[in-house]
Amino acid sequence: MEQCINVIETLAPCLVASGTDPGLAQFISILLGVLLVTIFPLGGVIIFIWIERKIAARVQDRVGPNRVGPYGLFQNVADALKLITKEDITPAAADRLIYNFAPIVATLSVIMIWAVIPFSPVHIGVDLSIGVLYFVAIGSIGTLAFMMAGWASNNKYALLGAFRVVAQLVSYEIPMVLALLVPVLIAGTLSMQEMVQAQLGMWFVVMMPLSALIFYISNLAETGRAPFDLLEAESELVAGYNIEYSGMKFGLFMASEFIHAFTANALFVVIFMGGWAGPGVEQFPALGFVYFLGKTMLIYIPSLILRATVPRVRIDQMMNFNWKFLVPLSIINVLVMAFLFKVAQVLSLTPPPGLETDFIANLPLTAVLLAGNIVMIIGVLTVLRNTGRRERLEAEARRADDVRAPAPTMGR
Amino acid sequence: MNLINEWAFIGVFLAVAWVLPVLPLVVSWVFRPRKPNALKLATYESGVETVGDTWVQFKVQYYIYGLVFLIFDVELIFLFPWALAYNQLDFFAFGAGLLFIFLLADALIYAWRKNALEWT
Repeated sequence: MEQCINVIETLAPCLVASGTDPGLAQFISILLGVLLVTIFPLGGVIIFIWIERKIAARVQDRVGPNRVGPYGLFQNVADALKLITKEDITPAAADRLIYNFAPIVATLSVIMIWAVIPFSPVHIGVDLSIGVLYFVAIGSIGTLAFMMAGWASNNKYALLGAFRVVAQLVSYEIPMVLALLVPVLIAGTLSMQEMVQAQLGMWFVVMMPLSALIFYISNLAETGRAPFDLLEAESELVAGYNIEYSGMKFGLFMASEFIHAFTANALFVVIFMGGWAGPGVEQFPALGFVYFLGKTMLIYIPSLILRATVPRVRIDQMMNFNWKFLVPLSIINVLVMAFLFKVAQVLSLTPPPGLETDFIANLPLTAVLLAGNIVMIIGVLTVLRNTGRRERLEAEARRADDVRAPAPTMGR
Repeated sequence: MNLINEWAFIGVFLAVAWVLPVLPLVVSWVFRPRKPNALKLATYESGVETVGDTWVQFKVQYYIYGLVFLIFDVELIFLFPWALAYNQLDFFAFGAGLLFIFLLADALIYAWRKNALEWT
């Protein structure tokens, strides 16, 4: 695998030596790298959808696709062929240009994220020095695609769905980015590759479980999954923003949703679970792929089970949960973590230079941060329990009043 | 890779990311049947007929959330340089960050008190 990367790196000089224009040679080697990276999400989506269907089926006590190919693996290939040969209906009232661009933009926004995801110590599309900001920025292009689709369809259900998407995606971006601040704070880098290297000693999910949890929940909302799938609430909006789409354009929306769900989990693994880090990865960089995919599956599959299990929340509940719970909590979280980290630095509990990747050297810092997290989690749970109890008592008191003095009815 | 190369990679990636979703659309354009008629092209085909204009002014609450989001998003961008350099700074940096985040929290409390966060 390392030879393969070396081929790409030495391709440009090779071509120049054999008489190709240097600029063209550079371009060809870059193009080859890009194609290698984009193969992953596009080829993977067939598998992602298959896994998702199988798991949803098992949760609902069904078998799932099992006719096309071994274990129904090729069901999605058949579905893609079906979508390609379907008639494509553009409603006469739609805004044709924006209507046709929307599915392309939706797919583009999720594929672009893969440019900065590190697969192994040497395999990464491009290790941008602002990788974290890059994927946050690219991720929000998706919001634009949903709005374009909903607005251009000229259908009220689609428009309502689009409004909800924008409100939800935009709101949940705040706790997501606030939760991202904490790993950036500790690692002191925005580059994805350096983010993984900062976790060689200790995974950030151990150091800051609260940030990880906030990031995971906001990610579920960002991908429109699980309890936060209000954007396509079938019972209220029929299908939401994509209701007027048919054929391959609908297929692109679905594909981008499935790729996005996997991508969000891959990002979680890179930022909080050490990405490709694992034993033996220094000698055999290709092992990084195995660890990276294994860890991603480890949290991807629970998120699918979650999706098949939990009911959908109401829109006011979703907004309250974000603005009145997640946002204040993540602000407090950033402050507490910044304070504890600075205190640990002053007391020189941070790993000494040269020992950053050592497990033992990271233990004091981890202990300090983890203790802070546990105190915060206990505090949050106490506040939540007290609020819940107060609200329940108020509701019970109201009910008791109603029973004692029944409201006058029309008949009397 | 140097800086120019990195962004050249992103540029090529952007071009390829445009081509990849267009490709199945083109294939579909070649193979799909075309039998449009007025009923089929109606908005919300074979469903309830749409009454009135779709592109209407809508619930103001979405707009207020948008405004609150804008405040936070701009402030968060300013927090990233602070977080990036944090482990090389002294204790004063924590005070500065504390002040800035307090302003952020203040904006949230103000919006909350003004009932901008109530879904009505």
